[in-house]
Amino acid sequence: MTVPTSKDSASSATSDRRVRLRPDVIGVLVIAAAAIAGYLLFPNNLALLTRITAIALLVLSLDLVTGYCGVATLGHAALFGAGAYGAGIVAVHFGMTDPFAMLGFGIIAGALAGLVSGVVVLRAHGLPQLVLSIAIVHLAHEVANKASGWTGGSDGLAGITPDAVFGLYQFDLWGRTAYVFGIVLLILVFVVLRQIVRSPFGMLCRGIRQDPLRVQALGASVNGTLVKMYVISGAVAGAGGALNAISTQVVGLDSLSFTLSAEALVMLVLGGTGSLYGALIGTLTFMWFEDVVSAANPFHWLTIVGALLIAVVLFAPKGLYGTIAAWFAGRKRRSA
Amino acid sequence: MQTILSIAIDALAYGMVLFVISIGLSVTMGLMRVVNLAHGAFAMIGGYIASYAARDLGLAYGFAVIIAVVGTILIAIPIERLLYRRIYGAPELTQVLMTIGITFCVIGIANYVFGPTLKTIPVPAELQQSVSLGFRTIAAHRLFAIACGLAVALGLWFLIERTAFGVKLRATVDNAAMAAALGVKTKIVYAASFAVAVGLAAFGGVVGAELLPVEPYYALRYMVTFLVVVSVGGAGSIPGALAACLLLGGIDTTGRYLMPEFGEFFFYLAVIAIVCLFPRGLAGRAK
Repeated sequence: MTVPTSKDSASSATSDRRVRLRPDVIGVLVIAAAAIAGYLLFPNNLALLTRITAIALLVLSLDLVTGYCGVATLGHAALFGAGAYGAGIVAVHFGMTDPFAMLGFGIIAGALAGLVSGVVVLRAHGLPQLVLSIAIVHLAHEVANKASGWTGGSDGLAGITPDAVFGLYQFDLWGRTAYVFGIVLLILVFVVLRQIVRSPFGMLCRGIRQDPLRVQALGASVNGTLVKMYVISGAVAGAGGALNAISTQVVGLDSLSFTLSAEALVMLVLGGTGSLYGALIGTLTFMWFEDVVSAANPFHWLTIVGALLIAVVLFAPKGLYGTIAAWFAGRKRRSA
Repeated sequence: MQTILSIAIDALAYGMVLFVISIGLSVTMGLMRVVNLAHGAFAMIGGYIASYAARDLGLAYGFAVIIAVVGTILIAIPIERLLYRRIYGAPELTQVLMTIGITFCVIGIANYVFGPTLKTIPVPAELQQSVSLGFRTIAAHRLFAIACGLAVALGLWFLIERTAFGVKLRATVDNAAMAAALGVKTKIVYAASFAVAVGLAAFGGVVGAELLPVEPYYALRYMVTFLVVVSVGGAGSIPGALAACLLLGGIDTTGRYLMPEFGEFFFYLAVIAIVCLFPRGLAGRAK
């Protein structure tokens, strides 16, 4: 009696797992296909594509705190900049030019920045929370500007020369190595994050977004969970910053700017919060759009972004991905 | 002694200009619970209109101020009806995005219409000279800004504490549904206070043009400062906003005078400290 039951449950568990993993496999394939298409279609614009990949990591990390935990922040570039400066400083001042070591230090710096800003930002709610996040990114900007011995100040931290990946693939002038490095990093992060947001911990975060009081009554620590998520988010943003430092070989103060934070939020909402796909789609759409329009006139670009934002809030509050997904779900339900 | 006095006068003038601009934001935020990041954009519109009226049309300063305030309110009315109406009571993130969108649009349009250069508002000769206090002189414009701030504070206090409209306003802030049930036309209260807020922003933008110069990125550059003042003071509180403006104006001006190489470091450090200590603002009430 007992033998077949345990066998049944075991096989159903593996098939369960397969069903759950299927969207992830599709997601990874879609990212890889898009990356290869980008490589083939724009072989002279790989620097932009790598920049998009780095920003995509920042927006993914913002999605973790804003989309999954419901913390509105306008200071997320502080974590991205911490990663970029972390990777740049170990390369320039400590001679650690191995790209993986730089990436590692970027992730650690980002996670530390996430810990600090998480602890500060979560002290307040609503408008004061927003103001705290803004103050943090401005403070980080001023510190980086002042500590010019370490960061190069307003001239930027130059002279980052990463070694070849595995000692084989040099970072070339066309940015091919950097691009492949970035895409592989993005796919790895994406897979890990998909597991995290589906884990019990990820579910707890969603619960906190919906009703923090009830989660507290259930016995979970609200602030502790959110700070943990902030640290994870910081590590992801730090990876993005490190990728940016490795690929452009320079770190500027603009990576710690309020503008970058606000743009990341715009990208996230454009794509749709609360789903990792939305973050990716929003980043790609926004950055591509920016490249095309701002080449023509930077001020028209600002007007168009403004109009775009208003349109998204009014007509597609779930973002591009959310709206499309809802439309498909509706069709499925109707046909069923 | 000289330095301390000039710091004090500049801090006072700066704080008062901040107060005039951001008190409107504080009132609307306390009343309508809208995180309005576009408030600075209205101050900027006021500055542009005044500059156009005084410099290009050659009108007197007083007229220019009045035209700026009325013109900004006229511009704001359709924006309120078409866009703000839809985000009352919406989640914070929605409000932030909508109002940042409005700010970006205003910046882009202002740059297209008026060009990227800095706009000056010519002040009358009486305000250009300096006033002697016996032992030292002070720019008359600074005194004018301080006087305007005090006048606005007193006027608002009278409006809110002593008039029928103020009673309705306070009732709506405390409990909009109950106030509506008792016959207060909350929609009119909302519209009137939005108009007053925008008008004050425009007034502050014109009066403070010497301290916060009018240029297309004005709306973005000072957006954070106004938000910070409101959140440090506590939304909806006039004394709180006044205290926050004087405190932050003092910290910012002192930092700029004594340690200019640190930029706004101390300003933001103070903001973090104050918000952490008083999460609901200096004069914020418990929910």
